[in-house]
Amino acid sequence: MHGAVVVDTERCKGCNLCVLACPLGVLELTPKTVNTKGYHYTHPVKEDICIGCASCAIVCPDGCITVYRKKEE
Amino acid sequence: MTREEIINTGELVYKKPELLNETPMHYCPGCPHGTVHKLVAEVIDDMGMRDKTIAVSPVGCSVFAYRYIDVDWEEAAHGRAPALASAIKRLWPDRLVFTYQGDGDLACIGTAETIHALNRKENITIIFINNAIYGMTGGQMAPTTLLGQKTVTCPYGREVALHGYPLKIADIAAILPGTCYVTRQTVHTVPAIRKAKAAIRKAFEYSLQGKGSNLVEIVSTCNSGWKMSPEKSFKWMEENMVPFYPLGDLKDTGKE
Amino acid sequence: MAEKEVSLIKGNEAIALAAIRCGCDGYFGYPITPQSEVLETLAAQKPWETTGMVVLQAESELASINMVYGGAGTGKRVMTSSSSPGISLMQEGMSYLAGAELPCVVFNCMRGGPGLGTIQPSQSDYFQTVKGGGHGDYRLITLAPSSVQEMADFVDLAFELAFRYRNPAMILSDGVIGQMMEKVVLPGFKPRRTEEQIMKECPWAATGRMGRTHPNIITSLELQSEVMEQNNLRIQAKYKECEEKEVRYEEYMCEDADWLIVAFGSAARIAKKTIQLARGEGIKVGLLLPITLWPFPTRQIEALGRKVKGILVLEFNAGQMIEDVKLAVGCSLPVEHYGRLGGIVPDPDEALEALKKMI
Repeated sequence: MHGAVVVDTERCKGCNLCVLACPLGVLELTPKTVNTKGYHYTHPVKEDICIGCASCAIVCPDGCITVYRKKEE
Repeated sequence: MTREEIINTGELVYKKPELLNETPMHYCPGCPHGTVHKLVAEVIDDMGMRDKTIAVSPVGCSVFAYRYIDVDWEEAAHGRAPALASAIKRLWPDRLVFTYQGDGDLACIGTAETIHALNRKENITIIFINNAIYGMTGGQMAPTTLLGQKTVTCPYGREVALHGYPLKIADIAAILPGTCYVTRQTVHTVPAIRKAKAAIRKAFEYSLQGKGSNLVEIVSTCNSGWKMSPEKSFKWMEENMVPFYPLGDLKDTGKE
Repeated sequence: MAEKEVSLIKGNEAIALAAIRCGCDGYFGYPITPQSEVLETLAAQKPWETTGMVVLQAESELASINMVYGGAGTGKRVMTSSSSPGISLMQEGMSYLAGAELPCVVFNCMRGGPGLGTIQPSQSDYFQTVKGGGHGDYRLITLAPSSVQEMADFVDLAFELAFRYRNPAMILSDGVIGQMMEKVVLPGFKPRRTEEQIMKECPWAATGRMGRTHPNIITSLELQSEVMEQNNLRIQAKYKECEEKEVRYEEYMCEDADWLIVAFGSAARIAKKTIQLARGEGIKVGLLLPITLWPFPTRQIEALGRKVKGILVLEFNAGQMIEDVKLAVGCSLPVEHYGRLGGIVPDPDEALEALKKMI
């Protein structure tokens, strides 16, 4: 199973809950760049191992994350 | 498999509920209000009640709940949301009517309205966010603040001699004959969020079925007020709040 | 039941029966003397079985007025009633109703204060009612009945005005008229509006979206000062229109009057008797009876002030409406007050003595 995470980076407040919720360490907060509100936002750094479990999106209080997945054929 | 391939040809697993609009929420980073808003929006849409919901927002951090969930709302005076909801439900019996309140609003200034609405068997649901603090006004002691917990109005920690005891509203609600379903949940993990969503759904169903009043307490956090990171506050909540406010259903007569 | 029937009933009962007959959707109240007959009559009539009107005894006046807010926010015709101490508790709610621009009717059967005071009649809530008892710049459209018939007639009128201006309307009466029995012709039955009619007539109401593209939000909150000022200006413009169009009053024997009494509600009944006594002694006195206390008949009093030698303001209080009478006539002529306090209703003779002292 392969997953892909799409982040609404402008909506993200950098609370880090998605980073903690991901069982595989796919997400991280941007170390330097910030969005227009000044938040370090979340982004996938190891997307190749994402399985699309959506844990990150479920715990996101701001609804910033959309998750897709596809079975390996 | 490329990212584009997954997005374009794969299955959509999770997306912010459509009923939760695009307006960025004013809550602090990591605030559980947002998570509960998402769940409420999801449940309303899952139930197909978007057009027949009238919600009541409180005074406190969630005063602006009406900006985010696209149903009809009335914004109540501090603590009076259950009074509004009682009247709305009686005047519009086929509508889904719920209030969304924090602990200062519900368990302090609005205790009378809360208890009487619940015990009058109003067919409403009260969503109760308990983070043991007044968030909006800057982190003052709430009726639900734990003994020993520090806030700006009990800076040395809450103590019985000065401040009395924290109030367990859900426990009171559970002994009222007017209530149908009283439950305590959290939204700090994926399984907890799933359970909380099921609880909100059950409460909404019961209120529509005319089975009585329903209280869904969400034991929550206030990162800013508690002066902790979201991660640390969830840990503090698990270690301190949950033992005092134990999770699970306190009452469920709807199944009978 | 006949369309129009004559009954001998108390003022408080008239309020209740008129509410049922004028298509009221909901009443939310709490017992307090001397107005409890409103809730008692409604409970005995069981209108929920006939017109479908909701009647609910709340846990407090705070809850009552906020139930009214809840119902009014959905476009329904809702009302409450209380007496002075209970009305004080409702002030916050009335401010919210005015701020959120919601129509409702509140009946105040005044008793003497301050504090727990007395259960006897008084008019000492005039300031609280017409000067804004709650916080913020708002007004209550205020009707002051002086007979049981007017109690019955003003319920529908108050609803009409409340909906026309999307603002709370107050029926300001007292223990005299609330408890007094008089012959009344009750208004004919007016059906409650259907949900479709409500949604059409109140497109702003939180009824559930029902296919509407946007949600309706009932709130008085606005944190941006510029927008909040505009909200206030919109409300003030509404009040200006109300002041221009809705002033109601009655003149009694004013044509040839050398002296004028200004009195409202039950005090106006005393004043009429005083005027008869005075005229028996050759003193030509007339009465200006404000029916709307807000908007106040300022222009009418100003005009009469130019014709008479002095004005006596007769009130069951320490002198409240006299301030508005003085504002109307300025310093152009003497304006005196006569009143009794603590729940005492003055005799027409006492008022005549006060008038003679002035002359």
